[in-house]
Amino acid sequence: MAETTMDSTAAGLTTADGRPLKVALAAAQSRAKRRAFLLVLPLLLFIVITFALPIGQMLQRSLYHDGFSKASPALGAWFAANPAGTEPDEAAYAALASDLLLMKENRLAGEAGTRINYSMPGTRSLITSAARGADDLQPPYREALLAQDRKWGEPLLWVAMREAASPWTTDFYLSGIDMQRSADGGIERVAEVNRVYIWLYVRTFLLSAVITGICLLLAFPIAHMLATLPMAKANLLMILVLLPFWTSLLVRTTSWIVLLQGQGVINSLLVSMGVIDDSGRLALIYNQTGTIIVMVHILLPFMVLPLYSVMRVIPPSYARAARSLGATSWTTFRRIYLPQTLPGIGAGVLLVFILAVGYYITPALVGGADGQLFSNQIQFHMTKSNWSQAAALAAMLLAGVLLLYWLYDRLIGIDKLKLG
Amino acid sequence: MKKLLVLSTALGGFALPALAQEVTVMGWGGAYANSQIEAYFKPFTEKTGIKVNSIDSDNPAIPVKAQVDAGNVTVDVAVLEIADAVRLCDEGQLVQIDGADLPDGADGTKAMDDFLPGTVTECMVAADIFATIIGYDTTKFPEGAGPTTIADFFDTEKFPGKRGVRKNPKVTLEMALMADGVPAAEVYAVLETPEGVDRAFAKLDTIKKDAVFWDAGAQPPQLLADGEVVMTMAYNGRIFNAAHGENKPFDIVWDGQVYEWEGFAIPKGAPNEAGALELIKYATSSEVSAKAASYISYGPPRKSAAAFVGNIDGTDKPMLPNLPTAPQNLGNALASSQDFWVDRDTELGERYNAWLVSN
Repeated sequence: MAETTMDSTAAGLTTADGRPLKVALAAAQSRAKRRAFLLVLPLLLFIVITFALPIGQMLQRSLYHDGFSKASPALGAWFAANPAGTEPDEAAYAALASDLLLMKENRLAGEAGTRINYSMPGTRSLITSAARGADDLQPPYREALLAQDRKWGEPLLWVAMREAASPWTTDFYLSGIDMQRSADGGIERVAEVNRVYIWLYVRTFLLSAVITGICLLLAFPIAHMLATLPMAKANLLMILVLLPFWTSLLVRTTSWIVLLQGQGVINSLLVSMGVIDDSGRLALIYNQTGTIIVMVHILLPFMVLPLYSVMRVIPPSYARAARSLGATSWTTFRRIYLPQTLPGIGAGVLLVFILAVGYYITPALVGGADGQLFSNQIQFHMTKSNWSQAAALAAMLLAGVLLLYWLYDRLIGIDKLKLG
Repeated sequence: MKKLLVLSTALGGFALPALAQEVTVMGWGGAYANSQIEAYFKPFTEKTGIKVNSIDSDNPAIPVKAQVDAGNVTVDVAVLEIADAVRLCDEGQLVQIDGADLPDGADGTKAMDDFLPGTVTECMVAADIFATIIGYDTTKFPEGAGPTTIADFFDTEKFPGKRGVRKNPKVTLEMALMADGVPAAEVYAVLETPEGVDRAFAKLDTIKKDAVFWDAGAQPPQLLADGEVVMTMAYNGRIFNAAHGENKPFDIVWDGQVYEWEGFAIPKGAPNEAGALELIKYATSSEVSAKAASYISYGPPRKSAAAFVGNIDGTDKPMLPNLPTAPQNLGNALASSQDFWVDRDTELGERYNAWLVSN
């Protein structure tokens, strides 16, 4: 009720030059807003260009591959005219032959073959060699092509070509969840020996959780000690935390190799002390154990720093008050101290976990066979120039992290986060 | 408009003679680029007066593709791995080179019969051959009782100790089959079949618990030096450098070696295509191509070149026994098949990765 009265009076007011006050105010404010926007514009552009665009491009790439579709207009038309499951007839083979000729003239066979090869291994050379001889193909094309190679008649190949004839495809996500298209056009799981992604995906998140947990257990007492010591001593100790943080990642990883390997410092020490004998040296590296040890060390500062910054400002008087009111030290810790450190714990856990999920170089160097993470598969496809597959796997990883972030926001609240 | 025309003509006139005198080569840097500068580029400039600029790259295939895509090519000759050369050639980014234009061997053999099979492809002429071999630490075995065959690498009873294995199915699967008794000539025919792939993985299973897997070429000599493994798959040049340059007690098992080659290609739109072709013809002639082997233990790809291979640079030891192409090392050797791997690398790579993480 009060608002309406105010509104009606404001509408009646005018400025000195006779304009309604409301309009003049809006004009003045929009100028200020524009100026404010111009101030943030550089940052906005920077974020769009260096962050939003590349991620958008990556997501697009994971669904888009025009290697085959741009080389196969005739086949594309045949697939459009005939529903999935149609037996390829002479017209289909004629379309194929004309596309092969196009591939030869424009040298598109390599890319086209690569695209089909992703869906059906062993077909790249089939397409490149057929394109090379495309000039000599004579009707009837079906017989001519089948005489060249029996593979041209395989239903699976036609399923793969139908899917690839459109640049937009879900093939890369399918293979990212260990699935493939079957000869009848449906979807099936890949052979057991080839299943790698789902298992590795789950394991990456589990390993990251373990690493985050160990980091928290180790960092909490350190951060507490740093926060309660006098400033001079705390600063000295802080340098010890930060020094490795400033050292190159590769240097730290390789120094761990020196320490942990079979003939390394730790094993040799244990042998010389008689704890283990020479033939029973511990396998501390080139396996999952190595990945965990080295990644915990590398990510520890990301846990210590947010914890420290939160603990620093917790007044010690609260804990003293609790103790003087009769709480045991455990109750004081559990009911008074721990809840106040939660913003730091949340920030540290989130930081370490997200960094761990995407880690690549450390598992590559010390992970051996079973210490590999999902990102090593992304790297594998990058080196094979299969960017679409790499993008699909990266998008899956991103989706997993976003899901956890959303859960975190629902359960704890992102506004409680305190990074420093 | 007229002004622009005059200006561009003047600039063109200025640039042309300069280009005719220069060839820009993009190579890999390091000891490898150095061997090419000493053996090919310097003598070429002396002979023809054409200056050669050598520039380095981590992998020339990547900048070359970017340059051709952008229509702004500054490189005349690119040193490429065979896999990249085949791919770029298929995509139409390299100039085709006619093998018949290449110089005949010093003994008069026609070029195409003189080059080892497969080393002259549509767009690339091989410059050198390198191999993946088994390197071992001689101090870990009794005198004269070290491993001698590829089967010994998989025999952990007779030769106990950890093995360094490449974290990649290429070469690894071939070696497993050869160790299982498949003759080199039949390896790819066997590997084409699902049973053959199973057989290779079954052989790898026998050393999996003793295996240390490596990614980068620098790792295997380090693993050997650290005593982490007693035998390892490795690139022959790396083991040679550790043994001769750093006096490590390493030796090579040539039996079951898998060799590949790298070489010269001309990007489409190269500013001095004619000069580039001249340089390639010169560098791949029998005598000249043998010269690079004095500086690095990679072999010349021509049969007639073997006779011209000299001593290791700065010593009086002959280089020939250290080359993958030496007759005594080719006894049981396999040429890596490009055709096989372009078709199967994703599929077998996934299976290999699945095998790695399974128990």
